[in-house]
Amino acid sequence: MEEHHVGITVEVNGRPHRSTVEPRTLLVDYLRDDLGLTGTHIGCDTGQCGACTIIVDGQSVKSCMVLAVQADGAHVRTVEGLAQDGRYHAVQQGFWEKHGLQCGFCTPGFMMQSVQILEDNPDPSDEEIRDALEGNLCRCTGYQNIVEAVKAAGATIRSGAETMAVGTGVGA
Amino acid sequence: MAVASPTRAFGASIRRREDPRLITGRGKFTDDMHLANAATAMFVRSPHGHARIVSIDTSAAAAHPGVLGVYTFEDVKGFISGMPCAWPTTNTGDTLKLATYPPLADGKVRYFGEAVALVVAVDPNTAADAVELVTVEYDPLPAVINNEAAVAPGAPLIHDSAPGNQAFRWSLVGGDTNGALAHADVRISQTLVNQRLIATPLETRCAVADYNPASGEVTVWVTSQNPHIHRLLIALSTGIPEHKIRVIAGDVGGGFGAKIPYYAGEALCIFASKELGVPVRWSESRSENYVATAHGRDHIQHIEVGATKEGKITALKVTAYASLGAYPSTAAPGVPTWLFGCIIQGPYDIPNNEVHVIGVYTNTTPTDAYRGAGRPEATYILERVIDLVAAKVGRDPVDVRRLNFVKKDQFPFKVANGTLTYDSGDYELTLGKALHTIGYTDLRAWQAEQRAAGKLVGIGVSSYVEVCGLGPSSAANAMGFAGGLYDSATIRVHPTGKVTVFTGVHSHGQGHETSFAQIVARDLGVMVDDVDVIHGDTDKVQHGMGTYGSRSAPVGGGALRMAGMKIRAKAQKIAAHLLEVAEEDIEWVDDAFRVKGSPDKSKTIPDCAFAAYMAGNLPAGVTPVLEEQHWYDPENFVFPFGTHICVVEVDRETGETHIKRYVAVDDCGEIINPMLRDGQVHGGIAQGIAQALWEEAVYDENGQLLSGSLMDYAIPKASVMPHLELGHTVTPSPHNPLGVKGIGEAGTIASTPAVVNAVMDALSPLGIHHIDMPLRPAKVWAAIDAASH
Repeated sequence: MEEHHVGITVEVNGRPHRSTVEPRTLLVDYLRDDLGLTGTHIGCDTGQCGACTIIVDGQSVKSCMVLAVQADGAHVRTVEGLAQDGRYHAVQQGFWEKHGLQCGFCTPGFMMQSVQILEDNPDPSDEEIRDALEGNLCRCTGYQNIVEAVKAAGATIRSGAETMAVGTGVGA
Repeated sequence: MAVASPTRAFGASIRRREDPRLITGRGKFTDDMHLANAATAMFVRSPHGHARIVSIDTSAAAAHPGVLGVYTFEDVKGFISGMPCAWPTTNTGDTLKLATYPPLADGKVRYFGEAVALVVAVDPNTAADAVELVTVEYDPLPAVINNEAAVAPGAPLIHDSAPGNQAFRWSLVGGDTNGALAHADVRISQTLVNQRLIATPLETRCAVADYNPASGEVTVWVTSQNPHIHRLLIALSTGIPEHKIRVIAGDVGGGFGAKIPYYAGEALCIFASKELGVPVRWSESRSENYVATAHGRDHIQHIEVGATKEGKITALKVTAYASLGAYPSTAAPGVPTWLFGCIIQGPYDIPNNEVHVIGVYTNTTPTDAYRGAGRPEATYILERVIDLVAAKVGRDPVDVRRLNFVKKDQFPFKVANGTLTYDSGDYELTLGKALHTIGYTDLRAWQAEQRAAGKLVGIGVSSYVEVCGLGPSSAANAMGFAGGLYDSATIRVHPTGKVTVFTGVHSHGQGHETSFAQIVARDLGVMVDDVDVIHGDTDKVQHGMGTYGSRSAPVGGGALRMAGMKIRAKAQKIAAHLLEVAEEDIEWVDDAFRVKGSPDKSKTIPDCAFAAYMAGNLPAGVTPVLEEQHWYDPENFVFPFGTHICVVEVDRETGETHIKRYVAVDDCGEIINPMLRDGQVHGGIAQGIAQALWEEAVYDENGQLLSGSLMDYAIPKASVMPHLELGHTVTPSPHNPLGVKGIGEAGTIASTPAVVNAVMDALSPLGIHHIDMPLRPAKVWAAIDAASH
C-alpha cells in the first residue's frame, strides 16, 4: 500500500508538517489522525454540518470536503491556532462570554467560520451573521447565543480591546 | 466581572468553566481517544427493511490485507447474545412480548441499517474496504412501517415471539370517561400523528474499548449520558464482572436521549478488543447514526374529547399506537407508557381521562427517549385539544386554558389517574406574564387587521406542565424500571480548602461543571473557581444514574446540597472546637461560622478542612478528613411549567411558515445560573419548532429510510430560527433541597404545539383546523389549495 502514498507539506497554525498520505485521505482525517489535532471535529459525511470548518489560505472550508493532498503547500488555521500570544481570539472570548456553546462539539467549526465572517465584515447585522452561518449546524443552542457571540467578537475586534489571557477568567 | 462572594455564586450568570478547553480544541471527545495500536471496527449493515439472511460470505474480507477479524452473530453470541431492555413494563393483562435484540442480525434483518457483520482492521480505510468485501445474500420480506398497519390482521410478522407485532397494551384510567363523554355538551374526535424524529446530536456515537487480557479489566470510552448504567448493562449482558469494567464518558457532543441506550456498537468493540488483544475503536458516520442510533416519538393517537358548552373539558380519551421500532431498546417501553400516560391531563383539571397505549414492532430503527420523551406527545395532544375545543365553543383559546387550569390553591394536586401529585404550580402566573410580554390583546387586534388585508397570520399558545427530576426510586420500580432513580454526590474538601465534587449525573452540554460548582460554592462559602466537578468516569464516581428526564439539577443537585449540608455539620463541630465555644453558640453567616454576637471570631470551611486533615486537634468523636457523600432519592418528581406564545405568518402562495415572534415564560423553580437556563430553553425550543415545521424520519414502504442524512433530515439552521424572547417566574419545588425543577426539556415540550397552534390559527379562516406535523410548505400549501376550491 505504501507505494500509493503521496508526500505533502502543509503549514498548520504556523508550523510546517511533512507527511505521506493515502490519496483518498480527507484533510480532516489528516489533521485529526496524522497530526493529532483533534480540535477539528467530524459531524457528518455529506458536508452539511460544518463541524470540521477550518481556514485554508485565508478561506474557510469544510475540511471533510478537501483531500489532504489538495492542501499540499497550503497554510491551514485550526481551532488550536486561534489563541495567539497567550490571549484568546476575540471569537473564542465571544463564544465563552455569550454562552455560544453547550456540548462544544460544533463549536470549533462555528468559531472558524465566525473568524471568516468577521474578517470579511467586522460589523455584521444579525441577519448577515445568520446567513453566513448557513453551513454550520448546532443542535444545542438554537443559535441565538452564537449570533450574540459573533456580535460580541466583532465589537471586541472593532474596539481593538485586548482579549482575556488564556488561563484566566474562570468562575466569573 | 468576578463573582466576589460565594454567597452570590448561586443564581449568577457566570461563564462556564468547561468552555476554556472546548474553545481551544482541547476537549476530549470519545473519537479523540487515539490509543496506540488501536484497530478500527466497522459494520456491514442491512440494505433491507425486512429480509431473511440466506448466507453471509466473509472469506474475501477476512483475507484482505490488514483485516484482523470479521464476525457474524454466530461468532459473537457466546460473548453477547442480546441487548438488554431495562424498562420491561406493562400494566395490563397482556404480557410484554420482549423480542430478543441481537447485537448482530440473527438469521433475519428487521430494519434498514441493522448490523449484520462486524469488520475489524488496522485502520479506517482498510476496514471500509473490507466492509465492501462481505457478501450477504438476502431474501427480502414484506415490511411494515405504519404503527396501525403493523397490528392489523395479515401484517408481515416481525418477531415470532410477538404475534400480531404487538409488544404490549398499557392503560391508565381516571374517573368515568365514557360516562362523561356521553353527557358532554360538545364532543370532538381527532387523530394526531406525532411523527418519528431523529435526535441528531452533532457528535455521532463512538466507542473505544481496551481489554487487558492479563488483568481481565476493560476500559470503555463511550458516548453515554449515563456511564454507570452502561457499566451495569455491559456487565449483565457480557458476563464481564462489573468491578473489572471502567466506563468513561468524557466530553460528549450532545445526547438528547439518544445516548441513554446501551448499543451493540460499544458491546462489540469490547468483544473485538478481547478477541484480538488490541484496543478497538468505532465511530459512527452520520448516515450510520441515522439508522443505528435510536429514533424518537412515532405515535398515532386517536382522541375523544368531551366538554361543556363553555369549554370546560370533562373527558379525554386517548388511544395511542406507539412504535418501538424493530427491537426493544434500553428504555423504550417506558417512554410511550409511563412518561406519556401519567401526565395526560397536563396543567388541566380533567376529572375523567383514559389513556391506552398499544406498543408495536415495525420494520424501523428502534425508538427510545428523545428530548422530552413521552411528555411532548402528551402536551401536544392537550394543547391541540384546547384549541380545537375553543374553536368548537367559539371562545378565545386563552380563556379555555384558564377555565381548565389546575388552580394555584389546588396544589399539591393529584391527577385523576392517581399516578402523580404535582408539587407546586401557578399556571395562571406564567400564562399572564407571557400574554403581557407579547401584548396579547393588541396582537389579536393586529391579527384582525392583517386578516382583513388577506394575510394568514396566527397566534399559538401552549401551556404545559412536565413531570421530571426522575425520580423517586419507589415510583421508578413501581413503573417497571429496572433501577433506582436516586443520585449521588461526594464532596471532598482538600486540606487547602479547595474542593472536588463527584456527581453521578453526566453533562453533555448542560454545564454541570459550572452550575454544580455554584451550588457547592454557596453551601461551603468558597469561590466557584475553587470547586472542581468530576463526572462521567465509573472509576472516579461512586455510582449514579446519569442525565435524562431533566433530572440533573433536581436529583444530582439535590444530592450535592445534602452532601454540602453534611460537610457543614461536621465543619461546624470543628469550628466550635477551634473557637472554643459551644456548637450552638456559632452560626453560619457570610460564608463562615461566626460566634453569635462576635462575628469577627470566625472559621471558614477551609479553616475547618485544614484542622480536619491535621487531625490532632479535633473535638471528641469527630473523624479526620473533610469528605461527605450523600445518596439523594427524591420524595417526589418535580413539575416545571410555563406558557409559550408564537406568532406566525403563512405565505398563501408557498405554504411557508414564518415565525414573527416567540415568547417563552417558563417556571423551573429556583435558577442556579440564568445564562445556562436560557441556553437550555433556546436549544429546546429550536428542537420543538423543528418538529412542528421541518423534521421527520421518512421511510418508504420497503423500510428504506429516505431521510437518512443531514441533506434529507431538516434540522434547523441559524437563518430559520427566530429571535426568542424569554421570561421566567419562580415557583420553588417545596420538596427539592434546592427548590429547583429542571429545565432541559421544557422548551421542546412547549414549543411544538405553540407553533402548530399558531399555524392552525392562521389557517382557520380557510376552515382548516388540523394538519399533521411537520408543517412543511408543500403540505400546508396543499391544504390551502384544497380549502380554496
